[in-house]
Order: sequence, then C-alpha cells, then structure tokens
Amino acid sequence: MSASQHYLKYLNAVESNAADSTSPKEDSSLTRRSFLATISSTSLVLMGKSGLGPSSALANANQTDVVHFSPDFFVSIAPDGTVTCIAHRSEMGTGIRTGLPRVLADELEADWDRVRIQQAPGDKRLGDQNTDGSNSIRFFFKRMRVAGATARTMLERAAAAKWGVPATECYAENHQIKHKTSGKTIGFGELVESAKSLDIPKENELQLKPRDKWRYIGKDVPITDLDDIITGKAIFGIDARIENQLFAIIARPPVVGGKVISFDASETKKMPGVVDVVDLPAFKGAPMFQQLGGVAVLAKSTWAAWKGRDALKIKWDDGENATYDSEEFAKQLKATAREPGQVLRSIGAASDVLAKSKDIVTADYSVPHLAHAPMETTCAVADVKTDASGKVIACHVIAATQNPQAVQQAVGPALGMNQDDVLVNVTLLGSGFGRKSKPDYCVEAALLSRKVGRPVHVTWTREDDLQHDYYHAISAIHCEAAMSDTGMPSAWLQRAVYPSIGSTFALGSNSPATWEAEMGNTDLPYDVPNISLEVGQAKSHVRIGWLRSVCHIQQNFAACSFADELAHHAKRDPFEFLIELLGKDRNIDMTAAKLSNRGASMEEYPYDIGRLKNVLRRVAQKADWNLAKNMPKGRGLGIACSRSFLGYTGHVIEVEVAQNGKVSIPRVWVSIDAGIVVSPDRVRAQIEGASIMATGQALFGKVSFKNGRALESNLDTYILPKMKDAPREIIVDIVPSEAPPAGVGETGIASFAPALCNAIFAATGKRIRDLPLSGRDLSWS
Amino acid sequence: MSKIRVNGKSLELNDVPLDTPLLWVLRDHLGLTGTKYGCGISECGACTVHVDGVAVQSCVTTLAEIGESEVTTIEGLSKDGSHPVQKAWREHNVPQCGYCQVGQIMMAAALLKTNGNPTDEQIESEMWNICRCGTYPRIRSAVKSAAKEMNR
Repeated sequence: MSASQHYLKYLNAVESNAADSTSPKEDSSLTRRSFLATISSTSLVLMGKSGLGPSSALANANQTDVVHFSPDFFVSIAPDGTVTCIAHRSEMGTGIRTGLPRVLADELEADWDRVRIQQAPGDKRLGDQNTDGSNSIRFFFKRMRVAGATARTMLERAAAAKWGVPATECYAENHQIKHKTSGKTIGFGELVESAKSLDIPKENELQLKPRDKWRYIGKDVPITDLDDIITGKAIFGIDARIENQLFAIIARPPVVGGKVISFDASETKKMPGVVDVVDLPAFKGAPMFQQLGGVAVLAKSTWAAWKGRDALKIKWDDGENATYDSEEFAKQLKATAREPGQVLRSIGAASDVLAKSKDIVTADYSVPHLAHAPMETTCAVADVKTDASGKVIACHVIAATQNPQAVQQAVGPALGMNQDDVLVNVTLLGSGFGRKSKPDYCVEAALLSRKVGRPVHVTWTREDDLQHDYYHAISAIHCEAAMSDTGMPSAWLQRAVYPSIGSTFALGSNSPATWEAEMGNTDLPYDVPNISLEVGQAKSHVRIGWLRSVCHIQQNFAACSFADELAHHAKRDPFEFLIELLGKDRNIDMTAAKLSNRGASMEEYPYDIGRLKNVLRRVAQKADWNLAKNMPKGRGLGIACSRSFLGYTGHVIEVEVAQNGKVSIPRVWVSIDAGIVVSPDRVRAQIEGASIMATGQALFGKVSFKNGRALESNLDTYILPKMKDAPREIIVDIVPSEAPPAGVGETGIASFAPALCNAIFAATGKRIRDLPLSGRDLSWS
Repeated sequence: MSKIRVNGKSLELNDVPLDTPLLWVLRDHLGLTGTKYGCGISECGACTVHVDGVAVQSCVTTLAEIGESEVTTIEGLSKDGSHPVQKAWREHNVPQCGYCQVGQIMMAAALLKTNGNPTDEQIESEMWNICRCGTYPRIRSAVKSAAKEMNR
C-alpha cells in the first residue's frame, strides 16, 4: 500500500472507540447548544480569572445557545466571526490545548487570530478525555477535522444559498467564503444566522482538505497560554478558588492500607486560622482512586492548615504493608526473575537452545520505584451542596486533572450521586506524567466539602506527593541469550518481574498484565529464531501507577541494554549489530504475538521494523556514529531504539565520564517517527523534556521504602535533574511521515536510559544494570 | 494588623502570623497566585520573588523577615509582560506546562541585574530552579537572548 493510500484508508477508517460517542450525527443541535451553555454558565468561577479563555469569548459563549452557529460540540461561531474551539483534553505541557484546536481551525479555514479556545468540563459526550497514554492527537486528529469540515461545509452552503449559486462553486479561505467565478466573498460571521438553519451534513458529504492545503497542521504557533504563563496569570489547580473556600492539608496514613486508631487535635484547634479538623475514612478494598484516609485540617490559608497538621497527634494502625522494605523486595524480585516464569510470547524453543548452547550471555537489570513528582502537586477544590436531609444535590470540582471524567467516576459514587451530575472544570496542570489521571485528591476535596458544607481546596505538600504517590513499579528483568557461531543470538529469553498496576485496582493482582508486558517485553522487535518472553509474580505493597512511558522504563532498559551487551560480546559495532538484530524490513505479526497494539488497528499502526530501522539509521547519521570508534577513554556514544506508544525513536547519547566518575551529557540526538505531526515545535519540546526526565531517572531516580514508609520526603532526597545535570544539547530529528499520528509525549523516554548506559559502557567499560547511577563508582584511570 | 510592600504598593494584612512564609501571604492572603509552591524547602525555586531586587525563595522567607522591604512578584515585574526576560521566554517558546516558569523568570531577571553577560557555566549554577518538563535548553538560550536585549 502506498503512503497516500495508507493515509486515505486511515481517514476513512472507523472512528476510534474513544471518539465514537461524539459523532455529530447522533446529537440534536439542542443538545449541543445546551452543552455549550453548560460550559459557559458553570465555568464562570474558573474562567473569570483564569486566563483559560479571554473574557470576550466567555461573553460570547454565554449567548451560545441563542445566537451562535455551533454545528458540533467542538466548535461555535459568533456573529462577529469569532470562532470558539472546545479543548477537551487537559493541558499539562504538551501543547494539546493549542494542537487540537489548530487541527479544527485548519479544516474550517479559520483565521487563527480569530479563534478562541475554551476548556471543556468533564463530559462523556465529548469522547475520551483521559489525557494520558500519548493518545490525544491519535484519538482526535480526525474528529477535529470532521468538526471543522462540518462547520466549513455548512458555511459554504449558506453562502451558496445567499448568492443563488451551486455550493460546489463556493469555498472557504481564511475566515471567508468565496465564490470561484464571481469572486464574491462573505465573512464567516455574516453567515452564522443562515448556517444555523441548515441540516448538518453527514460525514460522507464532507471533503477533508488535502495535505498540500493544510495551513496550520505541521506549522508552529505559540501555545495559546504562553502570555498568561509568563505573566503569572495562568491558573493551575493550586490557584483554583471557589468563594468562601477553606484550605485543607491532610495527614494520610504513612503506610498504604493503614488507618487512624485515634487522634488528638486539641493543639491544632487552638492555632490561628484553623477552622475545623475532619477525619477521612480509609479506603475499602483495592485503593483505586479512593481517598487514602487520615485526618484533615481545614483553615483559612494553606499555611495555617499545614501548621495545624504538624500539631496533630495521631496513632496509626499501619496495616498489612507495615513491614514493606524495598531493598529486600528488590532481592526477591531478582530471585523470582531467575526462575521460570509465565511465558506470554514464544517463538521456537528458546529454553532448549539455551540449555544446549555453549555461549550463553546473561544479565539482570533493575529499576527502583519512581515518583511522578509533577512540578505542581495534586490540588483540587470541591463545592458540595446538600439538602436539609444531608443528601448531596450538587458537586462542583475544579482540578488540575488529566481526566475530568475519572473525577466524575470517582467523586460521584463517593458522594452517592450520579457521576454525570458532578461538574468538573479543568485548570492548567503544572505537569502530570500520569499522576493527575488518578483523582484521589478530588475525592478528598469532595468528601471534606460535604462534611463542612463549604468549598474545600486540598493541596498536597511535596512531602505528601512523594510519600503517597501511585509509584512506578520496582522491577527486575532477567535476560539470557545463546550466541551462535555467526555472532548473532540464536535464542533470547527476557523475564520481567514487577508489581502490576492492576494491583491498584484489584486485590490479588500479582503478576504483570499482558498490556504492561507489551511495553518493552513481549513486543521485542529483534529477529531471533528462538524467543521466550515471560513475566513472574510480584505482590504489591504500595499503590502502583503509570508514570510517563510506564513499563517501557524498565523493560526497554533491559531489552536495549542487553542488545548492546551482546554486540560487545560479539565484538561488533553496536549500531551495525542492532540493525542486523532487527532483521529485514517487515511488520511484526501482532496476532501471532498476541499484541494488543494499544487498541490501535494493525493496518493503520503496524509494528513496522522498517520504520524502526529508519529512525536508528537516521539518528546514527545525525550523530556521526562513526566517531564512536575513535573516542578516548572517558568519552563514548551509546545507541538504542524502541517503538513505544506507536511511535518510533532512535537515540544516540554522548557521555563524558570524568576520571572521578562524574557523568555529563554533552549531546543527545533523537530521531522520532510519530507519523503526521501537528505541532513540530511541541514535538521537539516533548523530546527535549523526555530526554531530561529520563536523564534524571537514570542518574538519581529512586524511592525506597522501609517499614512500609517512603524514605524520600522532598526534593532534597528525591533528586530531580537541574540544568547542570541535563544534556547540554538535544538535537531532535522529526521524520517526515504520511502515516497516521502516533504517540509523542511518552515516546522519548523508552530508549533513552539504555542509550545513556550503553554510552557509559563505551566510555568506561562499566556496565550499568541497576538504576539509578548515583552511588555507583564510575571512576577510571 | 501588619503591612507589607508588594509591587510598589503598601498592603494591609489582617491576622497573618509573622512566621507565615511570604509565599502563602502572597498566594492566600493577597491573591497573588502567580508565585508558585513547589517544595517548601527552597530546593526547586518555583516560589522565587524579588526582595529589594534580589531573588529570594518565598517559601522559606517569613513575613517577619520581609519587614519594610520591597517585594516584587511576577505580577509586578512588568505591566504587560514586556520585561526583556519575558520577551525572551516568548521568543524561545520556553514553557511547556508553565508552572515553574514564573520562578525561572524571576530568577533570570535577578541574575541579569547583577551579571549582564552570564556564561553558560554561570547560567547553570545560578539558574538552579527545577523544571520538571525539562525546558532547560530553552531557558539557557532565553537567558542569553534577554542578556543581549538588556545590553543593547
């Protein structure tokens, strides 16, 4: 299939499940209009001050149901021509609040200077709002184009009717409809009244713009919140305010599953500014997104609440995780990883070949628990209204959340109300990395607000954030290879052991799930005749959650490091070895391999080894890989590649290891193939950021537990990379592509740490199999 | 009742204990939420403001310590975002999530007041603020651009 056929097929393909529910055909205009009205009337508290939408757009939106032309949930046009685009995904730094509206505006032929962006509340009619999994552009690229084309087509038809000419002679260009033959023009705003009365065209009546006519997709523009951010006007979750709110700081059980035996708040209650002390019940069953429980101090300011918490005297029952010791647990995981596990994918007879081989290479890798540590801790304000009998009648939450629908789903049952009736507004997020798709903090705010009958704003302190996270799983990965006479492996065994994210949602979930294993283990791309990809059991003792790049963090660390180890074992150039290891260009048979491909169709998103090799070759060329051979001791290049979140990346990293062992990273090269790219500069920014985050994880990232308690309590002990630690230069190469959009946000992480450690090996001869590097002696002479 | 000078104005504070960190005075009592909380222990720099023109971490500076000093926050750095540092931030499209950027901008503005032409090494040691999104390469470029503009 040619690239253009491929693209056409993609455009015509059935909408992704996520976008399905918002098809414009299924909804009456009444519903859509009332939706926009809902947004505008209920968002005032947030928007009034927030900079999430200029006040003029708000004023217009207030009248939406009366005068606007809004043929689709995602777009409305005012009589003055102002186009309002609904941003339904959360902005946490990817640029999505700008990116998706750009796609819509492009297809609409709107003038970007006349486009306003309004943040949507949680509403399942908009489709998936879980801004997670690097899915936003993939899920909604086509949906936005359809929304834009629907409005454009109707404006063209309205103009045609006005002029008495065929609609086929009319076309949109830069906020106007033009008539081909007469040259007549009319502005979008002037057509609002007549367009409103037209039937909404079916999707098969729409003609999407060909790629050579795209005006915004693939072209850069500053993010819509740029000015608000640099002037301090931008509103994040910590800044959200509802009139008369109290500020809450909560003492949570120091061990997951623990609870309060008793507490003494007498000192706290005497403190200035403290208004109330409220106990929160511990969660029941699996943690899920429930509150952890504990004792909350409610005060007139954050600091008063904080001081009040410090003065609480609480007796805790630590529960069954009271003895959790992550050092001991790491040893258990390593031992388990060396024992036969559950085989999830196999080719040939790896164990037989390994048993008979004379040339076996083995390696054990490990990555500790990691914390998300978003720059802004988790914060939310909730306002719960009850009737005289105490029954909840309304709930409004304003939160820094990656998923307002998850907030509805968690808060609704917690309050005993219909989840669809929970109104959730979304602020900007001071980063998220997966932490803010888990709305336990919103449940806390809602429960407290119900209890005290006032709006309550919950702020997590940094200590709370690091000690009560949904941690990235601690892991051990065992690799074995049998090397053949050709210098290539004839068998590859990879066994991953770590507590599953599933354990957060179901008690007794004690083994990595297939979808977790698929992130760097069972999706192994190497062309080896005998393969066994396995997992082993591990019980969880903390809340395990997904962190940017998820299981790729540990599994690609193993898969990409081990490939490099084999290259050195075979005395081969690592790049040439890797190209040969990947084998001939082909699509991996995902059905045979039982890979779910993140729910994406295998036709649209094949596992294309040719594309993987392409990013590898490109990055090697950009970095001038040949220089690797002649570098002096203490300097080295490392290389690795991966497919993650349906995107492909190749990394080359240059390190300098000083004689005293200090590691610095002068340069990083990344080639990324993520299909069609909407905002190239934001893709570069994501890859720059991923490189720095992955640097920090490799150098310092570690949360340890003793007696069930996290030992790291703030940023003086959980070390995040600063400018001095970061790569000095990050060169990003975006592969031009006609393929459908793939993930970007998480894609830059997977092969970074192994490329870095491969470079350290090249520089020093020391192989890093256990992260982080800190504490490891890398000195040389 | 106590008083504090912020962004050129003298403001009154009701019932705010003197041991309250400036950060929370600004955010919760004065409604100046541009200044951000990140760690509370002066490790991340998100709360950086100027006190008498010098960069200070407001999370570890109490109201008592401020006394008569003049506090400048992002809301007072420029009227319209036209400070050379803000302009450079715009030019380089520095922010991703944006949360730490106010602290970064305040830190850079203070740095450039005392060192009009910082080297890479000086920028690295002075700009120790944490950016979790990893905007450091752009921050470094933007600080240099701002220095150029201010020297013009």
